[in-house]
Amino acid sequence: MNTKAFQKVYTKIENITKATCTVKAQGITNEEMAYVDGRPAQVVKIDGEAVTLQIFTGTQGIATNAEVVFTGKPPTLKVSDELKGRFFNPFGHPIDGGPEVNGKEVEIGGPSCNPVRRQEPSELIATGIAGIDMNNTLVTGQKIPFFADADQPYNSVMATVALRAQADIIILGGMGMSNDDFLFFRQLFENAGALDRIVCFMNTTGDPPVERLLVPDMCLTAAEYFAVEKGQKVLCLLTDMTLYADALAIVSNRMDQIPSKDSMPGSLYSDLAKIYEKAAQFPNGGSITLVAVTTLNGGDITHAIPDNTGYITEGQLYLRRDTDVSKVIIDPFRSLSRLKQQVIGKKTRADHPQVMNAAVRLYADAASAKTKLENGFDLSDYDRRTLEFAKEYSEKLLAIDVNIKVDEMLDTAWRLFGKYFTKDEVAIKQVFTEKYWPAEK
Amino acid sequence: MSTQGKVVGIVSNLVTIEVDGPVGQNEVCYINLKGTELMAEVIKIRGKRAFAQVFESTRGMRTGDTVRFTGHMLEVTLGPGMLSQKYDGLQNDLEKMEGVFLKRGQYTDPLDRVKKWHFTPLAKVGDKVKAASWLGEVKEGWVPHKIMVPFDIKGEWTIASLASAGDYTVDDVMATIKNAAGEEKKVTMTMKWPVKVEVTGYKDKPRPFKIMETGVRTIDTLNPIAEGGTGFIPGPFGCGKTVLQHALAKYAEADLIIIVACGERANEVVEIFSTFPELDDPRTGRKLSERTIIICNTSNMPVAAREASVYTGMTIAEYYRMMGLKVLLLADSTSRWAQALREMSNRMEELPGPDAFPMDLSAIISSFYARAGYVNLNNGKSGSITFIGTVSPAGGNLKEPVVESTKKAARCFYALAQPRADSKRYPAVDPIDSYSKYLEYPEVVAYLDSTVEKGWADKVMRLKDILLRGREAQDQINILGDDGVPVNYHILFNKSEVIDFVILQQDAFDKIDASTPLPRQKFMVDLVLGICDSDFNFDSFELVSAYFKKLINLMKQMNYQEFESDSFNSLKEQLMAMIAERRA
Repeated sequence: MNTKAFQKVYTKIENITKATCTVKAQGITNEEMAYVDGRPAQVVKIDGEAVTLQIFTGTQGIATNAEVVFTGKPPTLKVSDELKGRFFNPFGHPIDGGPEVNGKEVEIGGPSCNPVRRQEPSELIATGIAGIDMNNTLVTGQKIPFFADADQPYNSVMATVALRAQADIIILGGMGMSNDDFLFFRQLFENAGALDRIVCFMNTTGDPPVERLLVPDMCLTAAEYFAVEKGQKVLCLLTDMTLYADALAIVSNRMDQIPSKDSMPGSLYSDLAKIYEKAAQFPNGGSITLVAVTTLNGGDITHAIPDNTGYITEGQLYLRRDTDVSKVIIDPFRSLSRLKQQVIGKKTRADHPQVMNAAVRLYADAASAKTKLENGFDLSDYDRRTLEFAKEYSEKLLAIDVNIKVDEMLDTAWRLFGKYFTKDEVAIKQVFTEKYWPAEK
Repeated sequence: MSTQGKVVGIVSNLVTIEVDGPVGQNEVCYINLKGTELMAEVIKIRGKRAFAQVFESTRGMRTGDTVRFTGHMLEVTLGPGMLSQKYDGLQNDLEKMEGVFLKRGQYTDPLDRVKKWHFTPLAKVGDKVKAASWLGEVKEGWVPHKIMVPFDIKGEWTIASLASAGDYTVDDVMATIKNAAGEEKKVTMTMKWPVKVEVTGYKDKPRPFKIMETGVRTIDTLNPIAEGGTGFIPGPFGCGKTVLQHALAKYAEADLIIIVACGERANEVVEIFSTFPELDDPRTGRKLSERTIIICNTSNMPVAAREASVYTGMTIAEYYRMMGLKVLLLADSTSRWAQALREMSNRMEELPGPDAFPMDLSAIISSFYARAGYVNLNNGKSGSITFIGTVSPAGGNLKEPVVESTKKAARCFYALAQPRADSKRYPAVDPIDSYSKYLEYPEVVAYLDSTVEKGWADKVMRLKDILLRGREAQDQINILGDDGVPVNYHILFNKSEVIDFVILQQDAFDKIDASTPLPRQKFMVDLVLGICDSDFNFDSFELVSAYFKKLINLMKQMNYQEFESDSFNSLKEQLMAMIAERRA
């Protein structure tokens, strides 16, 4: 790190913890970036002349006489169209061997959108996955996480969503992502010929955890550039937010803050909301849609991280392995998209809401039939039919490897209804059954 | 010369300031950050050091930045022109702000200073007046907005001059008043009031005795809320808290609705912004937005302003209450407010209470809820604030500090139950865990006797008993199996299902079912109780559920029809015939 004339340099560090150090300095501004022995750091506390810095890469090997250089400005990112197709570290420096990006330098973690300037999200995002498009339709400007256990293929599902979503720009933020997964994403985007629409900020498992704290803000600063200034549809992928929250907990712990539920900082809700609420539909037609991953610990959604996330996001998607058809499906019971009402039956065919509900209801009947079977009770003819239906519904519609248009999904559902049930059992409004009920064979 | 100070410490939005003069607790100050003034509130003082929470991001602030103290607490500006406005937590008019993003240090006027209002005097020169006496009124939309003597006036004053009927701006002098000591004061249409202090210029605050109709059956019939009462709605995410609050905002029988969106999703507020101007108020036929004020401090807006937002909402409600209006104040969600308190308490390194919330959380919540209520004004009129807050308990656990503290303060408890939401039984208010203390008030019971029907409260208790017995029967059936219990258990359970499906469940998205007036609720309750009180003959349990499903379906259809219309009556006749068939 070369020091410049106007930068303040100090060499007397008073305190060092695993993630922070304190130095006596004057005229330092809150949240400004600094370099401690060349390592990036940020001011998190000022008490008189004692300035506490959070060192992103950890404090191993830092000595009390290490050189502390203050830059006088908060973390920034240079934004321009040159970002497209590039891979960066959490500080916005290229990791793909390419040159530094030129462009307007903007502070990351900028102000929030004025609520009265937001538009109501109303544009459907088609993913081809029926478990999403039919049952939990996504809308531009929405924020939604996958709640997934570590062993589930959430990253590949998310990559599929990203590639099919017809977004102008895809921004990938990796927090504690395994290097293998990073290479998978890179390969996938490259093979799909989508590399020119990708911007990626990456912190892998090998990188220091505190660094992750910058990733969402970097991603969203880039996203705001494309959405607000260029009026483009931006899809932002953040994985894994649980590891982000863990990094928050580490820092708050080092700063001697009192932990609240599950050892998380008391400000977890606000910290997460600041990120997720960046998802918005802007008046100029641009939008930021945020799809995140929150990994669960043994499916426990009462843990502070998924719990706070659930209160912030507009629904959640669950993956589940269906052993009957031996495929991963989008769980139709626990998954929810709060914004689907804005588009289903309006932007899609009018029978969509009713078909969706009827299919899920019949699938629920199949679940209770299964319980009956497991408890050794006799099955009725209806029970048996629901079980047959459930199998086919799961395979043809819920499985994540499905890739069809919404109309085809609805037609498939009607075909299954006709195959296994009577009109009374399906109980859909007459106008629709007249139009769509499959002809008798 | 007012007190000045200098910043000496910064942690997130908590700033330590060294002051050169007197400083007050909760005093507002402005920190000069490179020419932009950032508003802050003093929350602790130790010697020469004041600790202030900044209502904005403190990024870029440095030690030595100068601070200007204002000598007053956080205030709102009150006057005509607040209706249908969208404010942030500090009462800045969001529409007046420039740009797509909120700019730090941008404060906008909550009132329109240019618009002229037509003033009609209500008092005359020489009248004796006190704080909050009515001097005149202007029409704010359809609300008769009273121009009042400022609330901070002490003792008795005399009107020395009063403007005649005509058009004036909010800053024009409408009256001058004098007291015995010869002091003179000019009165305009506006005044300021500190948000953390209750407006108390009323005569007394009796116990609530009237019911506030909300149109939501599970509230009005089973656990009614009183006009001037308090209630809260806890529930895990995805249980329909916000849908229920929106239903209350749309259909409750109030003159004025103030919605405080406190630390919740911005898209939900956007939905209110876009739907309310379209929707009609079923009582007046005017647009809903005309009777609504929205205080909007969404989850990504500064945390300290989130805490202020509930107080801003309450103070505006109190202002309108002094005009003799019926105000409904909704806050979604009070948990976010409590979390804001927790964040600050944590930064000030106070010893924590349960779940790291501040020790005085319970007291803060109680004193806030206590500001609601029904009041008699000095001029014989009355006004009220009914307050309903939602609580978002961590992990859906109702044993957490915010729920427990609120339970001590609020008189109505509407618990949203996850199992009900999972089986799409909306509104998901649990009929057995929820309660309304107002049903125990003799004055409320007497009011129900005279307005609904003599003995109504007893009927409500009967409904609750049947629901409870139904649940017990259901438990037995689940343990012993369908044919392991007497047929009677199935009948008991299905009777409770009738109440559940016909009275408790309500379709918030259906035009007719969304809101049910009390007379119609009474009609349906009588119908349902008629069924519950009948003895039925069944040979086997299989017949029971099929029969009741048909009854329920008929009555659900009735709920979707215009009350006492032909289709409604014909469904009713079919129902009666079905009941007669099976009755023992």
